[in-house]
Amino acid sequence: MNKLSRRIVGAIPVIIGISFLIFLLMHIAPGDPVALLLGDDATPADIERTRREWGLDKPLLVQYWDFLSRAVVGDFGRSLKFNEPVMKLVAERLPATLELAFVSLCVAILISVPLGVYSAIKHNSLLDHAGMSIALIGVSLPNFWLGIMLIYFLGGQLNLLPVAGRIEYGIEIKSITGLYLVDSVLAGNFAGFWSAMQHLLMPAVCLGTSLAAIVTRISRSSVLEVMRQDYVTTARAKGLSEKNVIWRHILRNALITIVTILGLQLGALLNGSVVTETVFSYPGIGELLIQSISARDYKLTQVLILMFAVTYFFVNLLVDLLYSWIDPRIKF
Amino acid sequence: MLSMRYLKLWVGGVILLVLCVCGVAAPLLAPRDPQAQTLEDRLRPPRWVENGSTAYLLGTDNLGRDMLSRIIYGSRISLMVGVATVICAGLLGCVLGAIAGYFGSTADEIVSKISEIFLAFPFLLIAIAIMAFLGQGVGNLIMALMLSRWVQFCRVVRGEVFSIKERDFVTAAKALGGRDWYVLFRHVVPNTYASVTVIATFGMAVVIITEASLSFLGLGVPVHIPTWGSMLSEGRSYINRAPWLTIFPGLAIFITVFGINLLGDGLRDVFDPKLRRQR
Repeated sequence: MNKLSRRIVGAIPVIIGISFLIFLLMHIAPGDPVALLLGDDATPADIERTRREWGLDKPLLVQYWDFLSRAVVGDFGRSLKFNEPVMKLVAERLPATLELAFVSLCVAILISVPLGVYSAIKHNSLLDHAGMSIALIGVSLPNFWLGIMLIYFLGGQLNLLPVAGRIEYGIEIKSITGLYLVDSVLAGNFAGFWSAMQHLLMPAVCLGTSLAAIVTRISRSSVLEVMRQDYVTTARAKGLSEKNVIWRHILRNALITIVTILGLQLGALLNGSVVTETVFSYPGIGELLIQSISARDYKLTQVLILMFAVTYFFVNLLVDLLYSWIDPRIKF
Repeated sequence: MLSMRYLKLWVGGVILLVLCVCGVAAPLLAPRDPQAQTLEDRLRPPRWVENGSTAYLLGTDNLGRDMLSRIIYGSRISLMVGVATVICAGLLGCVLGAIAGYFGSTADEIVSKISEIFLAFPFLLIAIAIMAFLGQGVGNLIMALMLSRWVQFCRVVRGEVFSIKERDFVTAAKALGGRDWYVLFRHVVPNTYASVTVIATFGMAVVIITEASLSFLGLGVPVHIPTWGSMLSEGRSYINRAPWLTIFPGLAIFITVFGINLLGDGLRDVFDPKLRRQR
């Protein structure tokens, strides 16, 4: 069995472990979720009936087995708050989060890679120190505070960008993929595209900033490391132009570390999306998670957390696969 | 640059020290009771702004509570949660990492599988999951953050122990009759302290931001305890009318995390000879 198949097979016990951990957490939680959800007016008979209906009267392991066997066929039950199938809610919200994560990633790459590489090339210059100071500030900025400040200055004071939601009220985009930017381009709806972009800009900057700060630091140290390698000296000694040395010999080799860190930090984007979506009332999975927690909708909470964890796990796997494409010496 | 390295350490250290003094001496430093409400003075702007009062340096919130006092008291929670989490996560992670790295085989397999499960969660999500199910409270918060951070310590210590256990002084300690547990905790683990100190410092910065994020989302400590995150959350509704309600708690979080990150950078530069050469 090759390494890739081993990684995929190895993922199964980890995912089962994650799902069991989440399941266990829900059951060791103090208080009865049914009683909490039904409120003070519910009689003990009501609570008991609902518990039976939801299968909460069965032994823990039986409940877990029921959950797992239904989950395998994509049936995660109904949300208690929204009274709709959980998967329907997830499918409605997922494109918004994916779109936000993708634009944030683009923002982060556009800022961090040039800044990090340039800082390394101009090592110990004023620009290098300025770049690194900006990166340190970026790492230390809580993204929810940055979001609120952006709302205050760009949204409130300057009135440049919309402060909440995904699209302007009254503009309709025909749903094809669920990704507003893509759908509006496919339909030739440029007013829709512009509105979706405006709504995405502040959340994406807010979410991308801390990632940009981390990647800037890593890009700089990675390029510095490569610049000290013998093959770079050889490339210069054989008379290659500096541009050629930087693009073909330094950046290509530094890219492996940068991609690794970008991949690992995708988890941070998922983390951040929960907070950022809440700050900007952006209708994605993160906001749905906070809504489900506030409403004590344990079924939806459980599935959303599981989904975040599984996505994170597979993103890491995908990053591993990307290595072999970037660096042909790595084989799976 | 040697002086630059020490500058980072100094600035970071001083910021952390000020935070510690604020936290410990909050009752002495705070001009007012952080919970005392003066409704006639509600939403009073900071002293230097028009309509500001000399009685309230950083203004008041929507219930007329003194912002400066609340920010000073808020440092207590950040500091307490940060230190307690790093100590607990550090102890758990170091012990498990050391055992996995030193004994290898089954112990390593078990610890690695458990770490993989925890690594499969983004750390804020573990904390959100635990707080969502267990409810608000300082104890729950520390436990949630500890469970989301121990893996970082475990991975680093495991890796270091793997390499340290092959060194000559460990073989010598064993040859002199040292038992495994003695050799591990007397000779091997102390050699990981440099890395652990650096991770603990950066970890504390992450924990403080995570605590603030959880409090902001309403999943941190109970609402009656002033924290920077919950102050930001409350102030958000008044952002256009009273921006100081969000500006100052946010600045407090930023300066604290910035200071700790500076300290971590400085410590890493001191401990890592490879990085020292790069500069």
